[in-house]
Amino acid sequence: MITRSAHEMAAALQSGDTTSVALTQAHLDRIGAVDKEVHAFLYVDTEGALAQAKGVDDSRARGEKLGPLAGVPLALKDVMVQKGVPTTCGSKILEGWRPPYDSTVVSNLKSAGIVILGKTNMDEFAMGSSTENSAYGPTHNPWDLTRIPGGSGGGSSASLAAFEAPLAIGTDTGGSIRQPAAVTGTVGVKPTYGGVSRYGLVAFSSSLDQAGPCARTVLDAALLHEIIAGHDPKDATSINAPVPQVVQAAKNGDVKGMKIGFVKELNGEGYQPGVRSRFEESLELLAKAGAEIVEVSCPNFEYALAAYYLIAPSECSSNLARFDAMRYGIRVGDEDGASAESVMNLTREVGFGREVKRRIILGTYALSSGYFDAYYGSAQKVRTLIMEDFTKAFTSADVLVSPTCPTTAFKIGEKANDPLAMYLNDIATIPVNMAGIGGMSLPCGLAPEDNLPVGFQIMAPAMQDQRMYQVGAALEAALLTQWGAPLLSKIPALAGGK
Amino acid sequence: MSTLSRSDVANLARLARIDMTDEELDHLATEMDVILTAVARVQEVATADIKPTSHPIPINNVTRPDVVRPSLSPDEALSGAPAQEEGRFRVPQILGEEA
Repeated sequence: MITRSAHEMAAALQSGDTTSVALTQAHLDRIGAVDKEVHAFLYVDTEGALAQAKGVDDSRARGEKLGPLAGVPLALKDVMVQKGVPTTCGSKILEGWRPPYDSTVVSNLKSAGIVILGKTNMDEFAMGSSTENSAYGPTHNPWDLTRIPGGSGGGSSASLAAFEAPLAIGTDTGGSIRQPAAVTGTVGVKPTYGGVSRYGLVAFSSSLDQAGPCARTVLDAALLHEIIAGHDPKDATSINAPVPQVVQAAKNGDVKGMKIGFVKELNGEGYQPGVRSRFEESLELLAKAGAEIVEVSCPNFEYALAAYYLIAPSECSSNLARFDAMRYGIRVGDEDGASAESVMNLTREVGFGREVKRRIILGTYALSSGYFDAYYGSAQKVRTLIMEDFTKAFTSADVLVSPTCPTTAFKIGEKANDPLAMYLNDIATIPVNMAGIGGMSLPCGLAPEDNLPVGFQIMAPAMQDQRMYQVGAALEAALLTQWGAPLLSKIPALAGGK
Repeated sequence: MSTLSRSDVANLARLARIDMTDEELDHLATEMDVILTAVARVQEVATADIKPTSHPIPINNVTRPDVVRPSLSPDEALSGAPAQEEGRFRVPQILGEEA
């Protein structure tokens, strides 16, 4: 049962073939068996999950009307607050903190009867592309335990690939949903900015952060998307418009007559040969399915990475000022006579990891007087140019596509001491965040040279998220016909799961 | 490109309220040079005629009706406090010793 899709699990629950308690217990058992190897979870809420599952089973027995995924378990990225459940954001500074409220995403999940299994590992405050920046140790990629599961949401993606959960929540500031999905052979979607509420999502870079669904199939992602999305008065940047019809699009999957634009600048030099060949094969499959493939050019994308590493650190240096050791989190050096400032300085020194400090310092510099125009101001102008590139490209294509990442999963430790090399992972995912549009990654095969998953990225204009699901479903179906079984059927067995 | 000295980084760390060790400051000064050189590329295309974008969607002020609504109780609000006293956050002294 645990290897099935969330949609199939929901059907089994509806037909009475299983119960949510049994399904939840099966996943908890799986976590118990394999998470020593994978380390996808920072906290497993056994009691809470089983109580929630029992509640859904009881509602069902009473004949109450339930949502389409009611009773199906989910893994929650540790950047999303859940009342009473430890939330660390992968940081020492929040060790032991139990939030006094639910994020809107969590409220929506609970209302839909989704069972929350626990909190997943991540790069500290979502800053990273490998989950190596977690203060609680790295997560291992279930395809090869010596490799990274992507980041920052490596725990969420690894939990899906390890069959510890059929659904997960991620957040994506520069690719933190899509890149982990790509390197673990799973599906991840960054909705249009403002499509999913940020209330209760611990802020990293407020103009870029966006929560979204992670799953093993396009339809599962769509079902979860509709549950978490929608206008929220508690988030001033939430879009007050109907949620795009993504489930319908995922069930449709017809690309006849659609124009699919491949972005010239997001392929070629710097992209691994196996990534390119799988991507190009997928383009051919979409053409066979009736889509028209066109080439588009986005010349300013080459400046996106530089602009991102000014905008995101600038916003983070401001957002992370709230961790001041006064109201929540750890406090260090509070001895007789110590000043608030010295306690703050010591706590932040001890509580933050290297990458977080690096970005706070970079952001502080970029925002300081005398440098503001040259750095932050210029980055904001590049943001305008990137948005203009997208606007132009979308006049000749309904969606844009590219490989999600330039390479497959690299080895743990390989790039840990080279921040710039690490940042390059996000080269194809960052433009989407800069423009606030939607992006999806779905698996398109294994690279022949290393047998590791490759991600195919689909980008759609703002609030046209259904287009990604339509194209994603078409490609998924064509690949399934070619393979005969889902990509994850090829994943090596974990020792604890044997 | 401007290069950052250790004392420049120490000043930034002071502004950011992080009490860094000398070793960290040295390491960061080196790294910041490399990173700043890379990100300075934005200046190649950011000409005076381009309007800056601070946010992906145009946002005006968003308000709600000014009515009382449920919020956290004092106990809930204090539940994560590193220290508390008489229903308040207890913090280290914020003024000088002579105050």
